[in-house]
Amino acid sequence: MIRLPRLARAASALITPLTPEDFLALFNPVFSARQLRGVVTRVERETENSATIYFRPGSGWHAHRAGQWARIGVELDGVRHWRSYSLSAAAGQDPAITVTDAGAVSNVLVRNTRPGDVLFLAPPQGDFVLPEHPRALLMLTAGSGITPVMSMIRTLVPRRPDADVVLVHSDRTPEVSLFREELNELADQFPNLRVTHWFTEERGRLEFTAAGLDGLCPDWRSRAAYACGPEGFLDDAEVFWAAESALPRTDPEPGAADPGSLTIERFSTSLAGGAGHDGGLVTFEASDREVEADGETPLLDVGEDAGILMPSGCRMGICHSCLLPLRAGQVRDLRTGEVHGDPGQLIQTCVSAAAGPVNLDH
Amino acid sequence: MTTTLTRPGALAASGHPLVRPPAARHLTDEQIAELGVELDAIRDDILAKRGATDAAYIRRVIKVQRGLEFAGRGALLFGRNRAAWIAGTTMLSFAKILENMEIGHNVLHGQWDWMRDPDIHSTTWEWDFVTPARSWQHTHNDLHHRWTNVVGKDRDVGYNLLRMDADQPWTPFNLGNPLYNAMLAPVFEWGIALYDLELPEYNEGLKSKADLKRDLKAMGIKAVKQFTKDYAATPAVAMLTGSGKQALYGTLVANAVRNVWAHAVIFCGHFPDGTDTFTEEMVEGETRGDWYVRQMIGSANISGSKLMHLMTGNLSHQVEHHCFPDLPSNRYAEVAVRVREICNRYGLPYTTGPLPKQVASTWAKVFKLALPDKGFFKKKKTTTP
Repeated sequence: MIRLPRLARAASALITPLTPEDFLALFNPVFSARQLRGVVTRVERETENSATIYFRPGSGWHAHRAGQWARIGVELDGVRHWRSYSLSAAAGQDPAITVTDAGAVSNVLVRNTRPGDVLFLAPPQGDFVLPEHPRALLMLTAGSGITPVMSMIRTLVPRRPDADVVLVHSDRTPEVSLFREELNELADQFPNLRVTHWFTEERGRLEFTAAGLDGLCPDWRSRAAYACGPEGFLDDAEVFWAAESALPRTDPEPGAADPGSLTIERFSTSLAGGAGHDGGLVTFEASDREVEADGETPLLDVGEDAGILMPSGCRMGICHSCLLPLRAGQVRDLRTGEVHGDPGQLIQTCVSAAAGPVNLDH
Repeated sequence: MTTTLTRPGALAASGHPLVRPPAARHLTDEQIAELGVELDAIRDDILAKRGATDAAYIRRVIKVQRGLEFAGRGALLFGRNRAAWIAGTTMLSFAKILENMEIGHNVLHGQWDWMRDPDIHSTTWEWDFVTPARSWQHTHNDLHHRWTNVVGKDRDVGYNLLRMDADQPWTPFNLGNPLYNAMLAPVFEWGIALYDLELPEYNEGLKSKADLKRDLKAMGIKAVKQFTKDYAATPAVAMLTGSGKQALYGTLVANAVRNVWAHAVIFCGHFPDGTDTFTEEMVEGETRGDWYVRQMIGSANISGSKLMHLMTGNLSHQVEHHCFPDLPSNRYAEVAVRVREICNRYGLPYTTGPLPKQVASTWAKVFKLALPDKGFFKKKKTTTP
């Protein structure tokens, strides 16, 4: 293996400015070392609107921890689009994402992905992971929020007899509820997992109250809680935990979860903070592009629409993959409406819009 | 939501340039504004259509080019065999032409940036040409495309070497015009590399020493790599089959073929009869419509088959390329039909012709401008007291 790079270097002398990978990629796209790709190996329909996509990643990928997510790039009408999806496979297994059709990108993934298709990838990341030391767990999930938790359950339950997991999963109906049968089978087979399905069409919205939780999981106070689901669901959980017990900590040290702590994973962020404001001329200095932007469009989208290669990640202000240095001007945080900006400051372009003219070092 | 401007502030919102080019003097400001709107509409149309088929097109061209490059260079390694040498040299010549023209030139213009593919992007692409991509983008995209055919501003008018416009003052050096041009053609890539260093700009104090040093270093590194690939590494590997010398001849010929071809095509872009050059007064106060007019009457097309368009990198649609430098090249053919119709309707010249005719026309200019203009000596006499 040590001689391969040397051989590759020698071969490069023959084909500069191309690299050996440029030629190998003609035969197998996964060989590209510059861009991490994966080949879809299997697609399994989960529900009417969701599917699990298994893929074989190229080199540069690293094994995921249960609960992590990865950025997936797909091409829609010739244009590369990136989104983040939770990995649903158990840690140690071949990676797979479970996607629910909720937008242009997820629609293509759910409806039009076939084995052999190529996905663009970024290695797994995220802090929504299992505690390092065994603990009793309470998982609260809603809708597609079950996805990272499914990875945790698949990782923990069959392998660790000492695990103690209670899952409360809320969904509209049994038909749309992801992994329902597998969860029931796991709960039958392993005494260390208890599953409650809460179908809102029958029982109404799952409210976070002490009495309600006592009914679902009497010892909930002594468990480390994990929640993942739509924004309202998580906001409710956060408010409830804040009121009931210790302060909620959205970013705990793995394994250091206090009794009654709540770890949450968000899937979306409300970007209402920019409504009704003026934008300005955005200058991407290194790219030598200038674009007129309104006050509500994230700078990331502004750059991408202008054909600039923008670093990007979660697109909701969490992962900090999209940071760019500000050279001049002010930006508005679309989550809070706060206007800020010092030269040299790193800007989260996915949740920041122009507040007047803005120069970015990119 | 957002709109992209190529050069905000560079164009006047309304009005007219200090002097309008003669070919467009019959048009009113309103007509020129209308023409600008019509051309903008063509661009918007193509942007709306641009998609998966275009992406598939450029990827297919790249695939074919790499296949030719691989097979051609591979065949040259067995160049002792005459058939292998001919096949190898031919394939490598085609590969190099495709690489420079339909792929390199157009990718470096940002024609494919919209795909957001980091492997096919104007900011990451490097090409099989001596001049580094970034240096060329500066002199070509920034300077030539902005100042197209403005004598004194667009140094592509003669590349600091040739007298290509009657408004460029004649000196005895220009007597060598045909000789320089003939010598330039087979080593065109080295000429462009030298040109991109902008030595005259440095001498005139328009380019800093630090910038020149940076460009020199980048070019040096690139030149060594390019030279090594074609004239050392390939022949060295070919020596294993006893074909070292033949492989060297093969790469020399392929580079020369590409250089002569690129030189011919590029000279047909702005120098044939019928293309106009402009004074700085004609740019001052230019509106978007006037800018389009200058691009159209300052450029010339080459007519021909689909293969011809491909091998010229669609610079055979130079008029359309200059109006819309960052539209994907595979769209220029359909754009051309509409641009030509607009030119006809507004009474503007639309210069086009088959390659031999256009090449002959540029060479005629090269010869003609080697000599001083009629009245050159007379004028001199009258101005001497």
